[in-house]
Amino acid sequence: MTAFILKRLGIGLATLVLASIVVFAVMEILPGDPAQLMLGFNATEDALQALRNEMGLNDPVLWRYFAWVGGMLIGDFGNSYTYSSPVIELIGERAIVSLPLAVISLILSTLIAIPVGMFAAARRGSVADTSVMGVTQLGVAIPNFWFALLLIYLFAVWLRLVPAGGFPGWSGGIWPGVRSLLLPAVALALPQAAILARVTRSAMLEVLGEDYIRTARAKGMPRRVVLWRHALRNALIPVLTIMGLQFAFLLAGTIIIENVFYLPGLGRLVFQAITQRDLIVVEGVVMLLVASVVIVNLAVDLTYALVDPRLRARA
Amino acid sequence: MSLLEIENLKLSIGDTPILKDIDLTLETGEVMGLVGESGSGKSMTALTVMQLLPHAAKASGRVTFDGIDILAAPEDAMNRLRGDDIGMVFQEPMTALNPVKTIGEQVAEGIRWHTGASRANAEARARAILDRVGLPERQFPLTRYPHELSGGQRQRVVIAIACALKPKLLIADEPTTALDVVLQAQILELLRDLVQEDRMGLLLISHDLAVVTDMADRVTIMRHGEVMETGETARTLSQQKHPYTRQLAEASVHVPDRRTKAGTDAEPLLQVTGAEKDYPIRRTSLFGPPRHFRAVDGVSFSLAPGQSKALVGRSGCGKSTLARMILALDHPTGGSIRFDGTELTGRTEAELKPSRRNMQVVFQDPYGSFNPRHKVERLVAEPLHLLEPQPSPADRRDRVAQALVDVGMSPADMDKYPHEFSGGQRQRLSIARAVITRPRLIVADEPVSALDVSIRAQILDLFADLNQRLGVAYLFITHDLTVARAITDQVLVMHEGRIVEEGDTNRVFDNPRSDAARALVEAAPDLERAIARRLAAAQ
Repeated sequence: MTAFILKRLGIGLATLVLASIVVFAVMEILPGDPAQLMLGFNATEDALQALRNEMGLNDPVLWRYFAWVGGMLIGDFGNSYTYSSPVIELIGERAIVSLPLAVISLILSTLIAIPVGMFAAARRGSVADTSVMGVTQLGVAIPNFWFALLLIYLFAVWLRLVPAGGFPGWSGGIWPGVRSLLLPAVALALPQAAILARVTRSAMLEVLGEDYIRTARAKGMPRRVVLWRHALRNALIPVLTIMGLQFAFLLAGTIIIENVFYLPGLGRLVFQAITQRDLIVVEGVVMLLVASVVIVNLAVDLTYALVDPRLRARA
Repeated sequence: MSLLEIENLKLSIGDTPILKDIDLTLETGEVMGLVGESGSGKSMTALTVMQLLPHAAKASGRVTFDGIDILAAPEDAMNRLRGDDIGMVFQEPMTALNPVKTIGEQVAEGIRWHTGASRANAEARARAILDRVGLPERQFPLTRYPHELSGGQRQRVVIAIACALKPKLLIADEPTTALDVVLQAQILELLRDLVQEDRMGLLLISHDLAVVTDMADRVTIMRHGEVMETGETARTLSQQKHPYTRQLAEASVHVPDRRTKAGTDAEPLLQVTGAEKDYPIRRTSLFGPPRHFRAVDGVSFSLAPGQSKALVGRSGCGKSTLARMILALDHPTGGSIRFDGTELTGRTEAELKPSRRNMQVVFQDPYGSFNPRHKVERLVAEPLHLLEPQPSPADRRDRVAQALVDVGMSPADMDKYPHEFSGGQRQRLSIARAVITRPRLIVADEPVSALDVSIRAQILDLFADLNQRLGVAYLFITHDLTVARAITDQVLVMHEGRIVEEGDTNRVFDNPRSDAARALVEAAPDLERAIARRLAAAQ
């Protein structure tokens, strides 16, 4: 087991190094001079040169790469050109919105998807199964911003249960924060739940055809009990894989929903940084996202081993 | 009133009739053998009693167990019966247990479900029944997972689950078909003892007449969803009144007509000298030296042209590994394998090509060894790529046609797809594929063990015929001594990677000298001996 964890950590680390090289290289190739952007097009060549020197843009490439990586290792992601504040602070401010949003969405989506998928699998081919799968098809197809607008109209404008957008911060207590994240979380969770429910259903169907399900039924346990006790855990591996991918997406791919609900999250930070050529911020956020994907994958791999003793033995 | 009474049972799945007017009774403490070939409806009869039929199945007639009308019983009532009063053991032990639950959980689960016992109490009872089925606590604590157990051990766990609550009726559906003969004998003995101890009724389903004769008080013989004959075992099988019973009995002891080849003075076709194969074992420590498992250990033998030799041994003894090395599909760790005067070890694929065309293989499973999307012509013609120069398309078709005729099929079959053929026909196709290059050696890995006895007899005849007509030599890998006797002149007995005995097939089996050979012979079901024992016991 220790060897397994060490190996996974090694792979994760290698992924990070590779990602850092790619991110750095891409940023080098991109057109646009940050110094010019900061000072505007009327700046003198002397001023530009001075700023470039100050920002280290004239140093050799390798030197800049190692300075950047070394800085990140000690938590120094550099300073943003446009916000004039440390990147790590910017990320921190946004992460306290994005991270809870992703976690709430994932919990919501799992709580909806797994029972729905199991329900459909248990009644394969029935009207209930067909209609549930039809709804999930719709869930996959509907764009989440449109769904988000619908939610705002219903719950914020009409019923006035939650705010229509914005984020009050966590200083006023947990509830106001969570309240303003609820609608965006639902808007994010439902399409994810639709995908996850379909994955759960097909994984369950495969497992339900296995011999050990028949053995369990021959013990005299009703179908429902066999479903939860014997089938679910065996069906979890593909479900966990998808959940891992979805969590990574929820962390970074939420820019549209963040815009619809006017949330100061990581997605918007990255978007603004790209439009303003604030490369240091882009690099920092991308590396952070790569790191979180690596961590999530590591967690998923470890969960596999928890779920399936055969993987534990092989590990 | 009998424990189990089945009257006029009809079953259909969709519009397909599966069972027609089945009648069967089973008394408390009685062993009933249910015999038939695949598709005869034996398993469906059992699943009807359990009410674990596929969704589309519709049953009518009357099935009563212990006075309860099974066909009319609501699901709740069936749940109370299953696992408590009726236990069931299935065919495939490798997949019958949940891979993510410990054996303790899986045995205790049914006990808790039916008796409401506490966890500790149920685990104590699970421990007791696992001890009883031969899985002692020292080696097999409750915390073991199924993947840590062998097939025979897993089948013992399945039996423990089925017998944990001392059911009145135990249904065993081909409980030993997936196991080797020695394990089969052990599992059958365990079942017999358990049934006697608790006076269970046992419905033993099998395609193997010898197994059923040894175990059952009465037999019911089924074919195409109908009962052909039913009666007391000794009388039914000794008199063989019903033509189908006679046909089954004859097929299961069938010996093809063939002359034995003497010509051992000729240059050997295949010469294996000191062959070894090591497989790495997963390291237990990160820094320890890599460890190996020796699957084949210093095996030497030779095979003359046209000779038929059996390679017998228990599962995992290294038979298949040895065969793979002879076929140059696996590199030996040591030793030499010469085929037709050419050394095979250490050759490149291009250098092996001429040898490959002279040796072909027939596998066990006629379903898994064909690509379902290709037509027979393409499938049978596969080995022709070994020929040089390449035959023309017309020549290819001629050769395929000839190969199909060789195996008793029609040239017109070459435009069909594999799914259009039965299991026996598919095995003929795989033999056609093997003979198309006119090889001098065919390695056959359990080529008839997936087939019904009557089909098996025909395929054995075909092997014998090809041996006579084409002079092809066989290496027959099998765990079935009846098959080895029927088709081979010489036998090699393999045990834990070594050849422990060799000689004339009949002489070795009549008078085995090594422990391994003796264990195989004693465990092997033999219909004639079983009938004789039954008759002796009856008098």
